[in-house]
Amino acid sequence: MKLIRVRAIAKKELIQVLRDPLSLAMAFLMPVILLLIFGYAITMDVNNLRTVVYDLDKSSLSRELVAQFRESGYFTIVTILDRPSDVDAALDANRGQVALWIPADFSENLRRGKVAPLQVVVDGSDSNTATIALGYLEGVTERFGQRVTGGIARAPIDARVRVWYNPELKSRNYIIPGLIAVIMAVIAALLTSLTIAREWERGTMEQLIATPVKTTELIAGKLLPYFFIGFIDVAVSVAMTVFIFDVPLRGSLLLLAFLTSLFLFGGLSLGILISVVAKSQLVASQIAMVVSFLPAFLLSGFMYAISNMPLPLQNMTRIIPARYFVAILKGIFLKGSTLRQLATETILLTIFGLLTFVLSVRKFKKRIV
Amino acid sequence: MNHIETAVEFSGLTRIFGDFTAVDQISLAVGRGEIFGFLGPNGAGKSTTIKMLCGLLTPSAGSGTVGGFNIMTEAEEIKKNIGYMSQKFSLYDDLTVEENINFFSGIYRVPREKKRERKEWVLEMAGIADRRGALTKTLSGGFKQRLALGCAILHEPPIIFLDEPTSGVDPISRRNFWRLIYAMSREGKTIFVTTHYMDEAEYCDRLALIYRGKIIAEGTPTALKQEYMERDVLEIEVEQVVDALEVLEQSGIETAIFGSVLHATVTDAGQESQRIRESLVKAGLKVVRIEKIVPSLEDVFVTLIEVS
Ligand SMILES: Nc1ncnc2c1ncn2[C@@H]1O[C@H](COP(=O)(O)OP(=O)(O)OP(=O)(O)O)[C@@H](O)[C@H]1O
Ligand SMILES: [Mg+2]
Repeated sequence: MKLIRVRAIAKKELIQVLRDPLSLAMAFLMPVILLLIFGYAITMDVNNLRTVVYDLDKSSLSRELVAQFRESGYFTIVTILDRPSDVDAALDANRGQVALWIPADFSENLRRGKVAPLQVVVDGSDSNTATIALGYLEGVTERFGQRVTGGIARAPIDARVRVWYNPELKSRNYIIPGLIAVIMAVIAALLTSLTIAREWERGTMEQLIATPVKTTELIAGKLLPYFFIGFIDVAVSVAMTVFIFDVPLRGSLLLLAFLTSLFLFGGLSLGILISVVAKSQLVASQIAMVVSFLPAFLLSGFMYAISNMPLPLQNMTRIIPARYFVAILKGIFLKGSTLRQLATETILLTIFGLLTFVLSVRKFKKRIV
Repeated sequence: MNHIETAVEFSGLTRIFGDFTAVDQISLAVGRGEIFGFLGPNGAGKSTTIKMLCGLLTPSAGSGTVGGFNIMTEAEEIKKNIGYMSQKFSLYDDLTVEENINFFSGIYRVPREKKRERKEWVLEMAGIADRRGALTKTLSGGFKQRLALGCAILHEPPIIFLDEPTSGVDPISRRNFWRLIYAMSREGKTIFVTTHYMDEAEYCDRLALIYRGKIIAEGTPTALKQEYMERDVLEIEVEQVVDALEVLEQSGIETAIFGSVLHATVTDAGQESQRIRESLVKAGLKVVRIEKIVPSLEDVFVTLIEVS
């Protein structure tokens, strides 16, 4: 492999991207826009859960509980109801997504140090929202219980869902890091899926394959500029996650940078492989879209927990690089994971990257037909 | 320097696409320093042959060498020693002139100390020194073609393949391009050039005519004219060219339209010219002039193609 050739190709490719408004938008604008749209869309609804209250206790403690709900920022108290039948009506009419039913002996029980039952109805028709709402509920009531009893009270409601690794109860903390992985899986594959196919389509490949350039040089040269672009994209996304979405970054930035490089190497090589096989830009971009987006979205653990999937599907997720990057991002962001803790992911991403790179080098033929 | 006297030689070269034989068992040898013309009508198999020689297309059968390297097994070695200019313009339209040159100079690993000199040489040769910063797509056809040639020979290869380098270019640019070809030939380079312009064929040292995948004639322009034109050619100037063509063909005389005149191939000019004049006059056509001419390559090829 001759560095001078790799550099010539990388430079040419970079000039072409920077000069083409469409490529430029795809390279730099699309990840930002996707992160904003999905970031807000996914986290917006659960911020303002419409809540109705039916308070039989009418004590200062019960009012404090309601205030605690309101102040959490996740619940908007729509109305205080007077009759029990109003609770059903409010939920049916979709005026409320959550109903808080405070029994008459609520403050009495609390004062006596007993478990104070609190009845909560959650509209389960949107199960995603309901799940998150339950998590919030638990958090709010737990904190309330700790405040009034000095830390001994148990949660007065039996919510089975817990929000792991997310004590601030911010659903976005959990979602946004994974979202970066999904978006970058798609962007990486799309970016490179066009490069080889474009040269075949425009006829420039004919000149290129008549030169002594080696396939490894060609592919490495084509990867390089997109590698830098992808890296900038991730850096911008991480900055947005921290500064716009207020997600705390607990782990090492250096580790994140290193593992991002590994992920990009695989994702970009996959795009190249598709481009080599497809030979047409349209087909290549469509394949790249399907091959990268669907698995990254559905099978990476971003959307659905892998442990809840049927076994065959669980096994399938093992060959999806986004799965490992989702785990890496969540780990570094939320748990401050170390390289040792992420060793499996690191090794598997490396293997995936090397395999796709070698495969695309072998699949590429310096020949017509 | 190697001492092989043939730059390109091949035999039995064949390329089959599906059930269509585009190039059918052709054999040739091109000497070092020659300008070798490869002629043929559209679809004859010129590009297919050139691509097989340059290692872009795998031959279906046959064997051969380019610069001493085997076309079947040493394609990558060949690529180091040739310049190839494809029929379709294939530089990067969205790069500037200079960026294209820099790119290919990197690909061909032109040594650092020669890079500048080679770049200036290409810009000078193509006559676009003042447009080095312009996007390549803004150049006109003639300049594009010369830039493409420049980029293909940045590494000063001893053998140069040009696939219809002057198609779609104005006559002045064509003439300039051929000046470049001559200049390169004087430097000892071997040039394998395809064309379907007959006037360009006259400039070549040697020619081969390919038709429907087969080579139907080969030799120097002069030899071809002598060998294949044992008969005489009469140039007939007449007012109604199309009517005259019909009359002559009906009386069994091989005739073809050449611009505004007719060329008839006959065994004996002296005897036949009188007969032709009479039959044209009898048909009510006005004959301006009939004279025996030295046949051009076009006459040779029209005759050859009609025979095969
Ligand atoms: N990849 C291919 N698949 C199928 N047929 C092909 C392919 N390439 C060329 N052909 C056919 O082979 C024949 C020879 O093509 P070729 O390009 O060599 O002709 P040519 O002499 O260069 O003609 P032109 O003057 O039009 O460039 C044509 O009939 C063409 O359609
Ligand atoms: Mg051709």
